[in-house]
Parts: sequence; structure tokens; C-alpha cells
Amino acid sequence: MRELIKKLTSIYGPAGNEELISQAIREEIEPYVDEIEVDVMGNLIAHKKGNGKGKRIMLAAHMDQIGFMITHIDDKGFLRFSNLGGISVPYSINRRVMFKSGLAGVIGYETEIDSWKDITLSKMYIDIGASSKEEAEKLVKIGDVAVYHPLFSESNGKYISGAMDDRAGCALLVQTIKNIESTPHDLYFVFTVQEELGLRGARTAAYALEPDIGIAVDVTATGDTPKCRPMAVALGKGPAIKIKDASVLAHPLVKDLMISTAEKHNIPYQLEILEYGGTDSGAIHLSRGGVPSGVLSIPCRYVHSDSETIDASDMENGVKLLTKILEENIDFNDIGLS
Amino acid sequence: MDAKQFLGQLIDVPGVSGYEDKVSKLIMKAFEPYCNEVYRDAFYNVYGKKLGSKSGHGPKVMLAAHLDEIGLMVKDIDDKGFISFTNIGGVDQRILLSQEVYVHGKEKLFGVIGAKPPHLQERKEAQKAVPMKELAIDVGLPAAKVKELVSIGDLITFKSPLVELEGTNVCGKSIDDRAGVVVMYETMKELEKLVFSGEVYFVATAQEEVGTRGAIISTNKINPDIGIAIDVTHGDTPDAPKSDTHAMDKGPAIGVGPNMHPKLTKKLMDVAKENRIDYQVEVAPGLTGTDARSMQVSREGVPTVLIELPLRYMHTTVETLNMENVKKAAKLIALFIASMEEGWEECLTY
Amino acid sequence: MSDLLRRLTEARGVSGNEDEVRQLIIEEVTPLADEVRVDRMGSVIAYKKGTRSNKKVMLCAHMDEVGFIITRIDDNGMLKFATVGSIDPRILPSKRVRIGDKAIPGVLGIKAIHLQEPAERERAVKVSQMYIDIGAKNKEEAEKLVKPGDYAVFDSECVYFGDNKVKSKALDDRVGCLTLIEALKSSYPFDLYACFTVQEEVGLRGAKVAGYSIQPDMALVVEGTTCSDVPGVDPHKHSTRMGEGPAISIADLASYSNKKLVSFLIQCAKNANIPFQIKESISGGNDAGEIQRAAGGIMTAVVSVPCRYIHSPSSVADLDDINNTIKLVQEFLKGCEAI
Repeated sequence: MRELIKKLTSIYGPAGNEELISQAIREEIEPYVDEIEVDVMGNLIAHKKGNGKGKRIMLAAHMDQIGFMITHIDDKGFLRFSNLGGISVPYSINRRVMFKSGLAGVIGYETEIDSWKDITLSKMYIDIGASSKEEAEKLVKIGDVAVYHPLFSESNGKYISGAMDDRAGCALLVQTIKNIESTPHDLYFVFTVQEELGLRGARTAAYALEPDIGIAVDVTATGDTPKCRPMAVALGKGPAIKIKDASVLAHPLVKDLMISTAEKHNIPYQLEILEYGGTDSGAIHLSRGGVPSGVLSIPCRYVHSDSETIDASDMENGVKLLTKILEENIDFNDIGLS
Repeated sequence: MDAKQFLGQLIDVPGVSGYEDKVSKLIMKAFEPYCNEVYRDAFYNVYGKKLGSKSGHGPKVMLAAHLDEIGLMVKDIDDKGFISFTNIGGVDQRILLSQEVYVHGKEKLFGVIGAKPPHLQERKEAQKAVPMKELAIDVGLPAAKVKELVSIGDLITFKSPLVELEGTNVCGKSIDDRAGVVVMYETMKELEKLVFSGEVYFVATAQEEVGTRGAIISTNKINPDIGIAIDVTHGDTPDAPKSDTHAMDKGPAIGVGPNMHPKLTKKLMDVAKENRIDYQVEVAPGLTGTDARSMQVSREGVPTVLIELPLRYMHTTVETLNMENVKKAAKLIALFIASMEEGWEECLTY
Repeated sequence: MSDLLRRLTEARGVSGNEDEVRQLIIEEVTPLADEVRVDRMGSVIAYKKGTRSNKKVMLCAHMDEVGFIITRIDDNGMLKFATVGSIDPRILPSKRVRIGDKAIPGVLGIKAIHLQEPAERERAVKVSQMYIDIGAKNKEEAEKLVKPGDYAVFDSECVYFGDNKVKSKALDDRVGCLTLIEALKSSYPFDLYACFTVQEEVGLRGAKVAGYSIQPDMALVVEGTTCSDVPGVDPHKHSTRMGEGPAISIADLASYSNKKLVSFLIQCAKNANIPFQIKESISGGNDAGEIQRAAGGIMTAVVSVPCRYIHSPSSVADLDDINNTIKLVQEFLKGCEAI
């Protein structure tokens, strides 16, 4: 698991540019699934067949990460950029970034900073060491995207890296695919694109797949650091079963299925209420005539920074829980009753 | 059952967005005598299907009024048994202090939203609204008992039964938009007296307060020819600008703006005029905060109209409604449906 | 072209009330298309059957424009209003408008400078402080001409001026409509759907249902986009530059253009010697956002004519940019089937 997370977090894949990470995930899972394809949007969709008696379940983890899109190259070779997804302004200054080619850059700021409140992305630039526009244009063109420079660390059972959001979720799905021995269900593991830009990949994939149930796997915030925004989720206390965020109210039946499976197998879990943010289930549950959907969350500190921190045991327990959910029969007879 | 009785029953049943099981069952039961078929889907949208008695190719009409209500949800329980909470839908934090609530845990627990007494507050503090994150619910039980009965994610509703005020006004919680559901109920009754062709789906929609989610799902399922959204709008109060509110005694408001189909809206107004039903005009320059905005853009598009009941103190526990407007709206909608004669497709064009 | 552009930009068509411009477009495209229909939201879809393949290509331009809606008539006969679509309130004082189906003329009044306190002159005027004066004596008289819910539009003549420039209202996106009409004049091997959408300015709403009902294999959106190459703006905030050709979008807040389509557009421009620019901003959004996400996902790209002073009565575009956009779209259509 550690090696898988390290590998997946190190691969370049900002929103709209998921080709490399998609290829890497495909290589990991291809031997374990029945069919695999890439759709128009770029979603990687892997199908593991059931016995015809189960449900159609769509699992979603997004491959994309937040990034910096180059919008202008100035005469001296400095790059101006816009945020691609929810880039945090204070998290970005003087951080290192990486382009698809591997080229590194540093994010600088125009003037001395008097007040953090006045900081805007339009006053920032990326320095790639070029000394003229011509030199810079040989390395980068407008529309290219940089990501936080990947660096994986480990500390006392915690994994630290950029792009944990949501490569941790991708890793969890990859490991689950490998672990599942048999399933009654038709499982569609979707590694989605452009989640950070508004759950775009999940929306079209859900439309195409028409699942009975949707489950997204994504990171969530925690409330276990000094004087942080209060939230009853902590690292190391198990995967979190989402109750709500700004994009979805987890369907009670899916949420209860997750809880009862965790209790049945003595897998630690936490309940999560996120008062902001959203994830792929937000798009999946509103597809066509509605898809009962839930979310399995991986507690993560410092989300959307280059030091997103997760707990190794939460990942292990998350895989265990998801595997059990998908291997067992699901009895949802009491929905849609008249 | 008359309209007021039904409204009283409806607002007593919890149905916070996403958890509308109970209220949806109550609505199904009420709709049954007046519909050919009543069912609900996995998201607790309730569908009452009523067929016209007249032969011929009539339209498929979908009415939508949302059955969910705003409320609170347990976020955490502290070591002393105080319950902290978050909101589901738009709750004004200023109304929360010393509000009576029910916490729907393993048992239904009565509780109050407490606060630091005024004499312990610093003067500056007293001038600010208490933020929701500093408020807590006291259910009067020891911490161990609270933790046994209540868990994170449990729902909290306000205690505020229906009260009759002067005239035909009533007051209570969740009249937004249970009053709309009552309008549908009264419309069914009105339609019993009328002859019409086609089929009418009365849909009590879920999860409107968190983004018209039930309407997105149910409109996609029904794929109607015509959509009619029924919701509430602001009634006139001394502290609100006249241009943003509507009189309580001048009939329901008809929505005008990009979300609403112009010809269909004109027809609705014509039906009101012909039958001497008063109405007001609600101008909505952008997206309306109602199911109409999602119904219109479902699938290949659904020509939609919007009818709103003026409501004072929206999203509080003392929402105030004039029951006369419920009756007027129901009558108008029923007559509107019955007015769809041969060639009705014409009013869906541009 | 210049006459058609004048008629297109002068036609009234505030989001939700596109009647006049819709009628004009229907008249223009009917002789060119095999079938013209108005969908359930009011968008015009002109269909041109392909000569052989069954591939579906969608061209999209929105016909609606920003404007106003009357909310209330005051006792003194003045009209209160709200904006439809995004308009900077600071551009409003002292402009002319036309209201309702009968195009009643009105002016956006403001208290004379003599009557303003010095501090007042420094503050931007808010929409809630403004009103439209149609010259009515009182409420009763105003009500004979106007009612709440009537739409109003900037009153602005199309003027050709300067060095090959045009000034008008609604260049965003009547330049796109013009491009689509020009494209309909040729035949293609694939089925072409030229969509003139409604309600783009209030949330890409017409494109949402049009994209769903057509579900094309690919879609090209033709827009009028912001161009801020004016004094006082840093070069990295220009977004596009006037006279440098059609702007190709990599991404904006609503959509991420399909990479194959983008590189094909660039190749088309290079092969045909058409000047082009890559849009240097990812702010804003257009119909591509909803089309891309319609149904199971659709390949989309966006080309835009740079327009200065967008969303005002006096937006300005360069005629060469418009012609080159028309050319680029035609080049794209010649070869896009192979993508």
C-alpha cells in the first residue's frame, strides 16, 4: 500500500491532464478486471463482472489534482498563471512546482507582502529559470499546467505528500480491486477526471453507466489539529463514512450499509459531516432518475496543500471496509417502495 | 380533510432534506383518495398520478412542491452531553437562541438551544449574533445517556406546531413548502370537479432546500410536457423593501423571468383573469430559488411556470401564511390544467 | 456581412426574451438549412443533412444578450429594474434603453452632478438606486406602456468606425451567430447542427438542453470574449488582444477544451494562414461547459472573437478578427470529420 500511494502521488495529473496518471492506474489494475476503457472525457472505467444477481455499483475516485495553468509568458521569461481548482493562495507562495515534462519552477510574488489579505494569484508568477520570453517558450506554452512538486514523506505511521487528494482514494480503489475475491455485483471502478473543476467526469460517467448505487472515495478534512475548525473526524480512527457535505446528503441506505458492514466486521470507522466542499457523489446521485450514493472518506490534514497528510491504518481499514461492502449481498428492498 | 388540517399534520412530521421518509409516507396516504396511482422513489420524492377523464391527446403535466424542510443535524457531542450542530438548508443563526427542538436519536428527545446568560457576556459580545458553532443543544440528560441515544448525523427539528392567527392567517414551521404540498392536495380536489385530458403528476419533491435535488431527479423521471412549480415567496413585512415582497391578501404570485416559459405564463395569467382569481407578479431576473429552475432545463427542456404563496418570516419557526392564497392557487392551477384543450402544444412554442 | 451583423446586433434579445433576434435568425437560416426548429427553451436549431457520414457536429453560438427586467413601477411613473446577466452597474448612468415588445424608449437617469454631495460622486451607483424614466407622468400612465416583467435592452446603434472596427451592443455573441449563419452556406459530409442558444448569460441554460437533445460527436462553440488590451491593464491580464485573430480557449471556468480539437484548430489556422491567439485567461465560462457535460460527455472546443467593453452598449470588435473567425470555423468544418 505504501509503495502504491507513493507511486500514485508522484505522477503528474492536474485536472484536464490526467493522461499519465490514467496510464499508471490502468497498468496496476488491468490484470484484475474484465474490461477497461477510457471515455470521451478521459475517465478510466474498469469493469469487474458479477454473477448477475447483484447491483450495478459505480465506485469513483478522482485522478485529477489541483494545479496552476499558465496564461501568459512575460518578456523576462516569468510565467503568469491561474488556479486550476481550489488552489490556496497562502499555501502557494515560494512552493516548488513541476510541469508535465518534469521541469521545475518556483512560485514568486510581485512585491513584499504587507498583509496576507491582499495576496492574489494575479500578483504571483512562476520562475522556471528562463531569462527571456523566447527561452521560456521553448520550455512552456500557454495552457500548460504545473502541479505542486511531488515529495513523499512518512512520519510515525502517516503518509505526507501533495495530491493525496485524491490519489489516496485511487490507491484505495486499486487495492480494493486487487483484494476482491468474488462479488455478486457488477462493479464499475471509475477513476474520474476534472473533479476539482466541478465533479465533471463523474457526471458523464454516471450518465453512461446508469448505476444502481454510487460510492465515491475521496479525502476529507479533520478536526484534530490545534484550534482548527471543529469537526468530529481524526486521523487514525478509521475511514470516515460521510453523512453530508455541500454537494450531497449521503443516501441513508448507503450510509447505513457502510456502517452495518463496518460493525459486522469490526472495522473502525468515523462519521463525517463536512460543512463545505463536495465530491463525485454530488454529481453521481443526481444522474438521470437519481442514484442512491454515499462516500467513503479518508481523513486528511492540510487538504489542497503540498503536504496532505493521511494515516496508514485508515487506508488499510478503508480497503477492508470497501472490499467487504462489495463482496457481500446488498439488500435494498425497502427503497422505491410504494 | 381540509387544507388547514392537512397543513397542521404535515408540519408536525419531520422531513429535513435527505431524510423525508416519514413526511413522504404521510403525503402518500393523503394523495391516495384523489389519484389513480401513488408511489415514491429512492429519494423520497412522492408521485401522485391523476388521469384526465376526457379522451384526446392532453399534456403530461408535472406539479412540484417540495416536501423537505430546513433543519439541524448533530455534529458532535461533548463530554458534558451538550450537542453541537450544523444546519441543513438556510437557517438564520439569529433565530436559534432559546429555540425548542426535537433531537431525533434512538428516541425523540426534547431539547433547548442554550447560550451563555447575558450577565456573563462582555458588552461587545452582546452586540453580535451568536455564531452557530458556539451554540449547543441541552437535552437535560447525562453525557453517557446522550451518547447512547444520539449519534453524529442525527436530525434536529424545531418544535413549532401550527397556530391560527387573526383572519385566515396561520403560523408555524416548515410552511415553506408544506403549504405548496397542500396546494397540490387542494388542486386534486378541484380537478375532481373538472373535465380535462392528459395526465397530471403531483410530485412532492425532496431535497429542494439543499439545491432542488429532488426536482432534478423527478423531472428527469417524468419527462413532462409542462412543469408547474409551487413554492413560497416573501410576504410584506415592515422591515423589508416593498419591491422584494408581496401583499398577503392579493392572491398568489406568478413568476416572470428567464426560468419561466413566457407564453405558458401568459396563459396562466389569462386563466386567472378569466376566472377572477387575483394574482401578483414576481419578477425573477436570474435563477429562481425554486424547483422551477431545475425543471426547465431537465432533459430536452420543460416549459415551466411558477406559482408562489406570499409567506412572512421565511425560514423561521414562525412562518406566516394566508390560507386563502392556498385555495386561490389550487383553483387557478386546476383551471389552468383544464384549459389545456386540443392544440395545447401551441402555448409551449415561442 | 456588415449589413447582417448590424441587423443581428441591433435585434433585441435579452436572456429569456429572445423573440426578436430569434425571428431574425430563423429568417436567415431557413433558406440555408434542411430543417429549422425551435426547441422547448427557445433555442433555434438549424439542421443541415450531411452528404454521406452519420457523424453529428454541433456549432453553437448564443443569441441572448445581457439586459434588464422591470421589477416595479413607482408612483411617480419611474421604473425600477434588475439586471439580467452580469452588467457592471457603473456603466449604467446616462444610457438609453428600449423596453418591452413595443420597444418603448427610456433613459437610465441619475441625479445631476450639482445635486450630489462631493463624497457621493466618488461612490459607484448601485442598481437599487437607479431607475428608468420613460417620461410618464405617473404610475397610471406608465402602466399603459410597461408592466413588471417586461424586459429592457440597451438602445445602441451598430456603427462601423475607425480602422476596420465595429461598435455595437450584443457583439457577445451575435458575432458567433453571424459565424454560424456563414457556416450554413456550405455543405458538409456530416450532419451539421447550428444551434443559436438562449439564456447563456443567465447560466448556459439553453445549451444544457440543446447539448442533451442533439448529443453530437463534437461541438464547437463560437463566442465573443473579453479583450482587455486597454491602457492601465497589465499585459498578463489582457486575456485576448484585438486584431490578433480568433482566440482559441484551452480552458475556462466552465469547460476544459478537448485537446484533439484544440490542436486541430491550431493546425487549421496554421495551414490556412489565419492569424490566431490562445486565450490568456481561464476566467468566465460559456455554453461549452454544459455541452461538454451533456449526457455521456461530448468533445468541445471554443473559438472567440475578441470584444472590448463586453456587456455594455458599446462593445467593440475588429472586422478582420470576425472574418478570420468565420474562416477558421470553415476550415475546421472541412476536416473535423477525421478527428
